[in-house]
Amino acid sequence: MDAPAIIDALSPLVSGAAYEAGASVDFATIYVPADRLVATCTSLRDTPSLGFNVLVEVTAADYLPRDPRFEVVYHLLSVPHRLRLRLKVRVGEGRSVPTVQGVWPSAGWLEREVWDMFGIIFDGHPDLRRLLMPEDWEGHPQRKDYPVQIRKTTQTYEPLEVSEEAFKANLERDRVKRAH
Amino acid sequence: MAELRTETMTVNMGPQHPSTHGVLRLVLELDGEVVQSASPTIGYLHTGIEKTAEQKKWQQVIPLVERMDYLAAQSNSLAYALTVEKLLGLEMPQRVKDIRVLIAELQRLSSHLIWLGTHSMEIGAVSMLFYAIRERELLMNINELLAGFRFFPSYIRIGGLREDLPRGFHEAVNAFLDRFPKKLDEYEGLLTKNDIFLRRTEGVGVISQEDALAWGLLGPIARAAGSDYDVRKYFPYIGYETYDFNVPTATEGDVFARYRVRMQEMRESVRISRQAIKRITPSGVWACDDPRVVPPPKDKVYTEMEALIQHFLIYSQGFTVPAGDAYVPVEGPRGEHGTYIVSDGTNRPWRVKMRAPSFMAIQALPKLVQGGLIADVVAVIGSNDVVMGDCDR
Repeated sequence: MDAPAIIDALSPLVSGAAYEAGASVDFATIYVPADRLVATCTSLRDTPSLGFNVLVEVTAADYLPRDPRFEVVYHLLSVPHRLRLRLKVRVGEGRSVPTVQGVWPSAGWLEREVWDMFGIIFDGHPDLRRLLMPEDWEGHPQRKDYPVQIRKTTQTYEPLEVSEEAFKANLERDRVKRAH
Repeated sequence: MAELRTETMTVNMGPQHPSTHGVLRLVLELDGEVVQSASPTIGYLHTGIEKTAEQKKWQQVIPLVERMDYLAAQSNSLAYALTVEKLLGLEMPQRVKDIRVLIAELQRLSSHLIWLGTHSMEIGAVSMLFYAIRERELLMNINELLAGFRFFPSYIRIGGLREDLPRGFHEAVNAFLDRFPKKLDEYEGLLTKNDIFLRRTEGVGVISQEDALAWGLLGPIARAAGSDYDVRKYFPYIGYETYDFNVPTATEGDVFARYRVRMQEMRESVRISRQAIKRITPSGVWACDDPRVVPPPKDKVYTEMEALIQHFLIYSQGFTVPAGDAYVPVEGPRGEHGTYIVSDGTNRPWRVKMRAPSFMAIQALPKLVQGGLIADVVAVIGSNDVVMGDCDR
């Protein structure tokens, strides 16, 4: 199934979505508008003739001088029909994409990684925290305007010091707790 | 009698824990011995390989991606090389394809042996590790023969292979393939009907086929739950359609089913390797004939001006790849290993993204361990066969 055939199958199912076939050398690529993404994905999964039951991966690419700047890329797989499909969503700086976690649970961490690396916000994601970088990291490393080599000052933490009284009080509290 | 007051206990497992296969941290909430919830924390091995790859020339990325999944190095580089070749539109000669099949299958054996050794050691069969490492040593020797490097040979290159097969390669591979099936029988004799092993693995960490696919666990985990999805059969690459082999499956979806599937997979890998080594001639063509990518032979470099210029170009500025993007999956030891590459038409990649099977396996871990015992967490992590280098990249 090539991109026009999939668009023909999808268009009656999702109202008001303007799809666009993308150029590709391996398998069908479709550009999807961000506001119709979840409806499109649900149709792709639930229509028996398509049956895209696996979300293989979510990633993004930063095409910096271009506007909109990012493309979020979804790779889908239909095990029953031996079919692959690539969805692309164009996103500008500071704009967001709806999460597809409701359609495929595997999207959870994949979208978190995209947020971590590119700073693209996924609307409705229940747990959009940093995944690979430390919690207090600044910036999004995979962006093209993020420097390749940076120097950060070493961070040291004060060792935890507990006074003898506090330690004994803690033990006592624990003992009382266990006695109940 | 006074009502018993119970509360849950939070236990931190890892990052320094021998059974977390690298540095994985799990925060477990326990009710007695039963796991109420688990939340994995990853990123301790994040080295920014994808960002680094954007600064390298196309061919220089190969050693980098091999360090992602360090137990299945050549599965990474195969996926990467195939994707770049797809963008370049290169077709490999038959001999190169057969050698790549052989290398991919030996890599699968080598990775599965480490899985078998560590997984069974963690749940009590300590001696298994020594046997598995003993056989893996022979595979490491084959790597050393190929490229002089045991872990990360970087033997698969864009456009073919690094050089022709070394002398003694066929003898080494045949000796291994003759020895290995008997050893596999020994392993199975130690484990498959072992009462302790069965009690630790049967009915533990169960996942259904629908869930496995919805969580993206393509590979041995989905096959142990009843799916027959295998990239080698569904989307054949490097000529897998011409080999005679089966895709082992099971239906239970528990730790023991994953064990059985992987053990059968090793037997199938031996079968494919036997067919491949028969097809490979001891010497012959080892790269495609595209002068853009493959440097000219040395005797021509010393005698012909054009060859010298080509040699200089390839080694100084590298080659360019047409603009576009591609995703090519291969069946790695841990599941679908794919690379998504965007090229902007220059001599360096614009974006390289590895689809990491371990990443998906760790994401689904809470689902597999919830409601089970804390001792089973170790068995489930082992059976998911996660490599943190692959997960964090």
